[in-house]
Amino acid sequence: MAEAATNLKTFVPPAELPRAPIVENNRGPGWLTDKLASFAEGKTPLWWWILFIPAVFGAAVLLPAMLIYQISTGVGVWGNNQPVAWGWDIINFVWWVGVAHAGTLISAMLFLTRQHWRTTIGRATEAMTVFSVMMAGLYPAIHVGRVWFAWFMFPIPNSNGLWPQFRSPLMWDVFAVNTYLVVSILFWYLGLIPDLAVLRDRATTRVRKFIYGFLAMGWIGSARHWHHYEKAYVVLSGLCTLLVFTVSSIVGLDFCTSQLAGWHATIFPLYFVVGAVYCGFGMVLVLLIPLRKLCHLEEIITPRHMDRICKLTLLSSLAIGYIYLMEYFIAWYSGDPYERWVFGHRLFGHTYWYGGWIMIVVNVGLAQLLWFKRVRQNLKLVFLIGVLINIGMWFERFVIIVGSLYQDFLPANWGVYFPTWVDICTYLGTLGAFFTMYLLFIKFLPLVAIAEVKGALPQADPEHPLGGAKGGRS
Amino acid sequence: MTAKYYGLMAEFDSPAAILGAAEKVRAAGYRRWDVFTPFPIHGLDQVAGFKNSLVGWFALLFGGGAFVATMGLIWFSNAFDYPLIVGGKPMFSPPMSFVPSYIMMVLGAAVGAFVGMLALNGLPRLHHPLLQKARFALASRDKFFLVIGANDLKFSETETRRLLESLGGTHIELVEA
Repeated sequence: MAEAATNLKTFVPPAELPRAPIVENNRGPGWLTDKLASFAEGKTPLWWWILFIPAVFGAAVLLPAMLIYQISTGVGVWGNNQPVAWGWDIINFVWWVGVAHAGTLISAMLFLTRQHWRTTIGRATEAMTVFSVMMAGLYPAIHVGRVWFAWFMFPIPNSNGLWPQFRSPLMWDVFAVNTYLVVSILFWYLGLIPDLAVLRDRATTRVRKFIYGFLAMGWIGSARHWHHYEKAYVVLSGLCTLLVFTVSSIVGLDFCTSQLAGWHATIFPLYFVVGAVYCGFGMVLVLLIPLRKLCHLEEIITPRHMDRICKLTLLSSLAIGYIYLMEYFIAWYSGDPYERWVFGHRLFGHTYWYGGWIMIVVNVGLAQLLWFKRVRQNLKLVFLIGVLINIGMWFERFVIIVGSLYQDFLPANWGVYFPTWVDICTYLGTLGAFFTMYLLFIKFLPLVAIAEVKGALPQADPEHPLGGAKGGRS
Repeated sequence: MTAKYYGLMAEFDSPAAILGAAEKVRAAGYRRWDVFTPFPIHGLDQVAGFKNSLVGWFALLFGGGAFVATMGLIWFSNAFDYPLIVGGKPMFSPPMSFVPSYIMMVLGAAVGAFVGMLALNGLPRLHHPLLQKARFALASRDKFFLVIGANDLKFSETETRRLLESLGGTHIELVEA
């Protein structure tokens, strides 16, 4: 005590509390390499086929059949009508873009904030981002009706001498979604390069050696390689972080620049970002909880990591709750009768009142269970919450889009909207395509970033006793 | 001899060992040497004497170029080549052009960072002399390799080998070019 008092003059920082290790049971880099590469190398388990066959049915039968039918017949096969010109197509577009966002947030933002635990889940969530942006991008393309003119959206010189109209946020969206797709693929691939080299070096057959060798592009992990690689990774993380905030903002601008009551609100860009991240965390829970069990990754994706994702989910649910509250407040405070009408009818109208309640009860209410540690530790329950968040967030988009369109300013113009079987089957098809790609990813590529996890171990720190340092940290 | 061989390769067990060895190799006056590790090791950049990576400049150049090019495209297409009155909005104005230009800047910078990383690392590369060595496969697993190039002015098969041995390197092998 006396010593501490004298130390007040010459400040001695308190001893660093040991951080909980990222990987349990003090596993070393060799064990981790074997473990993390094993799923891409080993025999395909039965559960993989059980999941893959229905998914591939959706991807290879249902989705192409629906696309061919819709493209050859016209958008009339969907439930879209006047006044509800945006239906399941745009709902699902916004939903899929939203799912993508949590992956980018986890891999890019948590990287910049040096959250080392994200190394264990970053790869799996980035893959989720890439595949869900693909599914999102499909919808606006087929929604235009005459898909063969979809290239009009790009500034390509053509014989009509026409150009895209850049004053429209819908045009910005084209750029945003395509950029998001390309950048998230680049980021994902950049992270994969050292791990593809791991698989190349471990390959036992010529075919595997050739394919992984080709994809690894000659990576040999020299100091110079890592030097430039780390810089590129930081730069791409920063850029992806920008995208977390901008892509969904631009999707939000699609809505809020229109004059429609229920859409015309300045909070929309932020609203869509927060909603996107929240929905994405729901999907992360849905994917990771079974994955860590089925692929035996409990020591790497530990309950502590799941706990942190739950906390982030809870945080984003609070943010979305605040935004819902603001939306209702502004609708009341604006004094605009149309705004008040729309928001009143979200909860107490006819036809779609249930959507408004699902959105509030699930997205704001249910997620509050995550305050309790016992809930967060019960991964079956958390999985269920994740599924429900995805459904709740789907209904949020339904309420925003259909709920604002079906009864606008003129009662003569009112109508109702119901999806057709084509709407439903197209959505199921995109789910199938997403899970097909995801299952192929976990089968053929390392689903945890091998080099990154190893780099975050104490064994990788040259100043740590486990990293070979003599005498330990000074 | 220098044409026949790529260099001498030694294996180390821990990040601290490879870092210490790299420091001593540099102190011994070698300049053409490199370290191969399964993950980046902090402190190695300083030992190897790397300056700030140029990847950031690639990103800036590509990103800035994309921003300016998109602004120019919007001005050219919407205000010059085919002016179109939409909602009484100006033909060209920075706020409406900013969003797509900004998004294209992110795209350009991302491509720049990726391309810059590959270009500065000399990738993609179909083959590397070190990949002939069976033990080098462990460089992506849990071993750390130090290679002194045969093109180093100080390189001598016996002297360099002795140095690597004294640093605690194991499985010292001569790598053919």
